[in-house]
Amino acid sequence: MTARVKSLQSVNDFVIKFANVNGTGSASANKLFAKALFRMGLPVCPKNIFPSNIQGLPTWYEVRVSEKGYLGRRGGVDIVLSVNPQSMAQDIKEIEPGGYFIYDNTKPLDLRLIRNDVTMMGLPLTRICNEQYKDPRQRQLFKNVIYVGALAALLDIDFAVLTALVADQFKGKEKLILPNIHALELGHKYAKENFDCPIGIRVQKSDKVGDKILIDGNTALGLGALYGGASVVAWYPITPSTSVVDAFEKYAKRVRIDPGTGRKNYAIVQAEDELSAIGMVIGASWNGARSFTATSGPGLSLMSEFLGLAYFAEIPTVLFDVQRAGPSTGMPTRTQQSDILSAAYASHGDTKHVLLFPSTPKECFDMGAQSFDLADRLQTPILLLTDLDLGMNDNMSEPLEWDDSKEYDRGKVLSADELDKMEKFGRYLDVDGDAICYRTYPGTHPEKGAFFTRGSSRNEMAVYTEKGEEYEENMHRLMAKWETIKEYVPGPEIILCGKEADAAVLYFGTSEESSREAVDYLADEGVNLNAMRVRAFPFNKEVENFIDEHERVFVIEQNRDAQLRTLLMAEFELGPDKLKSVLCFDGTPISARNIRKQILQLLPGNNVTPLYPEKVASGAGDKA
Amino acid sequence: MSYQKPKFRHPDLAVNELGFTKADYEGSLSTLCAGCGHDSISGSIIRACHELSIPPHKIAKLSGIGCSSKSPAYFLGKSHGFNSVHGRMPSVVTGAAMANRDLLYLGISGDGDTASIGMGQFAHVVRRNLNMVYIVMNNGCYGLTKGQDSATADEGSVSKKGDPNLFAGIDLAGLALQLGATFVARSFSGDKEQLIPLIKAAMTHRGFAIIDVISPCVTFNNNPESTKSYEFFRDHAEATGTVDFVPMREEIKTRYPAGSTHEVTMHDGSVIRLHKTSQHLDPFNRVSAMRVLDEHRIKGDILTGLIYLDKNSQELHDVMQTSQRPLNELSEDDLCPGNRLLKNINAALR
Repeated sequence: MTARVKSLQSVNDFVIKFANVNGTGSASANKLFAKALFRMGLPVCPKNIFPSNIQGLPTWYEVRVSEKGYLGRRGGVDIVLSVNPQSMAQDIKEIEPGGYFIYDNTKPLDLRLIRNDVTMMGLPLTRICNEQYKDPRQRQLFKNVIYVGALAALLDIDFAVLTALVADQFKGKEKLILPNIHALELGHKYAKENFDCPIGIRVQKSDKVGDKILIDGNTALGLGALYGGASVVAWYPITPSTSVVDAFEKYAKRVRIDPGTGRKNYAIVQAEDELSAIGMVIGASWNGARSFTATSGPGLSLMSEFLGLAYFAEIPTVLFDVQRAGPSTGMPTRTQQSDILSAAYASHGDTKHVLLFPSTPKECFDMGAQSFDLADRLQTPILLLTDLDLGMNDNMSEPLEWDDSKEYDRGKVLSADELDKMEKFGRYLDVDGDAICYRTYPGTHPEKGAFFTRGSSRNEMAVYTEKGEEYEENMHRLMAKWETIKEYVPGPEIILCGKEADAAVLYFGTSEESSREAVDYLADEGVNLNAMRVRAFPFNKEVENFIDEHERVFVIEQNRDAQLRTLLMAEFELGPDKLKSVLCFDGTPISARNIRKQILQLLPGNNVTPLYPEKVASGAGDKA
Repeated sequence: MSYQKPKFRHPDLAVNELGFTKADYEGSLSTLCAGCGHDSISGSIIRACHELSIPPHKIAKLSGIGCSSKSPAYFLGKSHGFNSVHGRMPSVVTGAAMANRDLLYLGISGDGDTASIGMGQFAHVVRRNLNMVYIVMNNGCYGLTKGQDSATADEGSVSKKGDPNLFAGIDLAGLALQLGATFVARSFSGDKEQLIPLIKAAMTHRGFAIIDVISPCVTFNNNPESTKSYEFFRDHAEATGTVDFVPMREEIKTRYPAGSTHEVTMHDGSVIRLHKTSQHLDPFNRVSAMRVLDEHRIKGDILTGLIYLDKNSQELHDVMQTSQRPLNELSEDDLCPGNRLLKNINAALR
């Protein structure tokens, strides 16, 4: 079974892909694998690539291991662990020359699938399970654990780390610990006895993890909302955003129960649809509670009308959009950054909305909490845009932190005392000159401060008007407020390459890791690029200056239509030549190799010869 | 508005327990058509709130879109109001009520706003038994867009345009009953004697209280061939009985013979006294209410009055076990768990 091409050799630097059938319990075994490497001090980046289905279809779990700490997708696969005959032909094709194919050989492999440039390694997983277990469910579940055990031997994973993880995982269900460890041992033993262990690709302990955590963005976002003080949650189930509310509820049940009465200091309403969900958020926010909804593209479309109301009536509104591949139902379990334009300009009429683009779980937490301060301060919808990749995959992240001395910014809300001292209250009077007006909550004062909120035009005193000049005045003020907003939203993160560079990359959200890796590849090839990560819309002056300072800017994004580029062009009135698009929209997270390749093609005259084209383009390790 | 509402009030206007006159519950001048049934309903709302001595700022009035939904501007000027999105008032009220359980929520909608574009939200706000009063100003047509038939127009009813309506009308009271509403009434904009006590009773009910108020559109749908006209209503209405409302503070003096009169003590201690005229209706029995309502509908009659009341209603906050303190009053100390918890969470994720 030895390959004719030299087998890939690398330590702590490879991509492995698990090919499973969904609904067979593979997810927890695969996570066990990734977490074991993480506990060995190795930066890992696991990605679930799964179908919109509950049981029976192919599903994959790709783990990037990178001692250098690259956490995006690299591109290419070095090892495939295959237990799904349905996808086997495709899975074998994807392997890099010199890679490894580990498969269940209980049934003989179709000879036509054998590649002579790949090491083919058979594990009789079904046979071992059939011999060991009688219960069909056990046969299925333990098959996954057995291959993790085998991989421990093949890749030299610390077995003690695995057993400790199993003990953690089944805390409270102790009787499951020993059977799982037994299954790990079965695989381990078989691999040791039948193969030269370890194979060319292996791991060893490292110290590149520090105090980082493995967490999915949705959990971090749910926690952010909890810390940000949300008390009314309204939502409609939709992949991939559902687990945001699940996480909020899980922790709220622990920490938001009134100790005296046992009652809840929060309310979660599962709405009948997304229209209703956003309506509830607007109603709750209007009434002075912090409130949010979580959704994805189709939900955002349904919420558009209400977003226009919230913009025009100036009601704080927090919406988390975990983007997926559209349009329409699209690919609901695949990732994209394709709601940028529909979010930025959601609703009919002249509207513009604040967007936040977190790129790590830590930022999901921080910006999730910050959304409520921004909404209250700016009295407008805040749309935080993450995506399936960040939301549903475990990401290595800085630990979550909360500054206990921080106080919520509830914005310009008048109390009864303040109303008493005022001569005149007008809901839409720009008293401070920042175009943000004072609001009141219902029930505050017996005589003063009541006003009529409406989506139809009104004057500064909130009285209905159809006078053109009053309407225009209000729309101008909303534009002035847009300028104020730029002072409040997070600015970009700029990374200068330290050398003279007339070109730069610009990216946001989950394109960050792969973009930075691609910039490193290109630097080694003599292409110097500065980099900027945009973190919010409206873009502030720093974004504009950065673009001005470069001749060419490669805008990297995960959609077909170059939506962020369109937004930049529209807002800065830029010509089309300056901003070049680097795109990926196949539903999988953008990879570093893909970005590198596209940028090379876009370089003027395409006259830069890559120094290591082949090595970078294939094989384990980025430049091994 | 291009003209001002006169500020002059009769000096001897009656004051309520809070010292407010009826004028304190009024709003701006109506811009609806002269004679519009909706204005009469607004008048009844004003009187009900005044007589119940509700502090105006403790009421929040919310609406959708349409002639009906404009009307909250014309009453309760000292209350916060919210004229939201067509058919979506129920969701906005739901959010508002979740945020602050201590206000009285008055939702104003129309037949288009409720029975067509807002049908989904209507069904679900009923099901959740949100603590609110939901008044439908029901004229069977779309007034603001000049008189198209709405979903509550009865089959065969002819509006001013002259074409008979082709489809069966939706009976909102019947639908609400089916969906589990805990207070269902129907009335007529022109019958203040009936409507005002019903509004008062609805306002003291804990849970979802709907009053479907037939309110003729004088401009587009008040011709004799229309089943939502004054004339048709006069000829076809049959009341379940009459309702007296006795606020909690007043002593109940009169006693009625048992059998024909029911007294129901509401959540706040007020009493509604129901004098039945319909022998067949048991207003505390949902099945009876549905049956009697249907019988009338099939005959082409309109049953009015209190149709159903669930005396053991549990509103949404009760069901969800939310804090007695309004959520919008919780402080950062109540809401934010602090960094210590995060340290534990981080540790579990390594």
